Amino acid sequence: MLEVKGIENGIVIDHMKAGNGLKIFNLLFSSIEHPVVLLMNVKSDQLGRKDIIKVENTFDVDMNLLGLVDQNITVNTIKNNLLVDKKKVEIPKTLTGGIKCQNPRCITHSDDYAIPTFTLLKSNGKLEYECNYCEEITVYKL
Amino acid sequence: MRHLIEPEDLTLDEILELVDMGLEMYENPKAYSKVCDGKILASLFFEPSTRTKFSFDSAMMRLGGNVIGFSDAETTSAKKGESLADTIRVMGYYSDIVVMRHPKEGAPKLAAEYSSVPIINGGDGGHQHPTQTLTDLITIKRFKGTVDGHNVAFCGDLKYGRTVHSLIRTLARFGSKKFYLISPDELKLPSALKRQLVERYGVELVEANYMEEVIDDIDVFYMTRIQKERFFNEADYLKLKNSFKLTREKLRNSKTDMIVMHPLPRVNEIAYDVDEDPRAVYFEQSEMGVYVRMALITKLLEVGPYARG
Repeated sequence: MLEVKGIENGIVIDHMKAGNGLKIFNLLFSSIEHPVVLLMNVKSDQLGRKDIIKVENTFDVDMNLLGLVDQNITVNTIKNNLLVDKKKVEIPKTLTGGIKCQNPRCITHSDDYAIPTFTLLKSNGKLEYECNYCEEITVYKL
Repeated sequence: MRHLIEPEDLTLDEILELVDMGLEMYENPKAYSKVCDGKILASLFFEPSTRTKFSFDSAMMRLGGNVIGFSDAETTSAKKGESLADTIRVMGYYSDIVVMRHPKEGAPKLAAEYSSVPIINGGDGGHQHPTQTLTDLITIKRFKGTVDGHNVAFCGDLKYGRTVHSLIRTLARFGSKKFYLISPDELKLPSALKRQLVERYGVELVEANYMEEVIDDIDVFYMTRIQKERFFNEADYLKLKNSFKLTREKLRNSKTDMIVMHPLPRVNEIAYDVDEDPRAVYFEQSEMGVYVRMALITKLLEVGPYARG
């Protein structure tokens, strides 16, 4: 069986549905300088198969973006080889950046000062976010 | 400092107060002709407008204030790539209050984030046009005695008509429970707005294909322009345009005290012979827009009737 050793300091993003690991890797970690390992299709009692990402020497991660992609994720913080924190992500109630407003006439597409910000309207089945500028509803799709 | 970006920025009491103050200014304009002495309105129209711009200019001048601004973004530094935030920050030094129209939806909200003076949204794309809503409400109050409690029908382009969206939402806030919607299938009220009206305000929406089906039950008939470019082909437009045209003949079955409103410009959706009918109030509606904007300017500047202390 494939083995990857634990990390001394850093974060472990666990319980990602198989397939989401690569999406999250591309969104958040494809260009960072810290050592990263992506494990795919790992056996899981809970999910059957899951993906895991381990990132060394950093504790920063965008929990909102993780919550947007996969609400099942847990983020473990490791310090000096010890698990010091374990957090489950949540569907973000507000978003700054991360997604684009689907309204082509929205000011967020043409003015650098207008940072796209959204408020969650509905989260059953699909995630619907209302743009704080133009009020158009954007359905989240990765 | 307050801004007016969307009708929801005002409480229902504030809206009623502005409507009443606008009517008072209409009745006694002289009493308010100096209340904005020394004040400057910056009128920033990044896209063309006739009524809204001149209505605001007229309102400020009738209050004794001055107006600076432009009505064509081609002649401004926005054309050179200046961000809206920078334009607005500078305008705060040149003026005491800003009214702006912008083709991008949400632009006035962005402006308000960077402005040191009150911002009034004079229309942002197909999104909001709150002072048109105030204009509509003062007109309803003048001719029907109260803002709410009437059977209101909207006819024409209900999909892209921002004046319809703002007014129907505001009337729902006031407690209106039923609206008639008369439009071609291509131009129906957006489903997200329908859902909001039904779920949040418990409104009943009665959709009709022809105005003749419902006109006898209507107190306020709000007409809008159907634009040819909204249709996929000219044949569809030609087929439908007369179905949504109000004529003297169609008015025959309506109540004698019904009022016909239109945000203007009117093209051919209201026959010219309707103009003579006492129920036609769309030109007076434009007139009332000046007075309710006068009330709004004094409120946001906190002068005259709204002076502090």
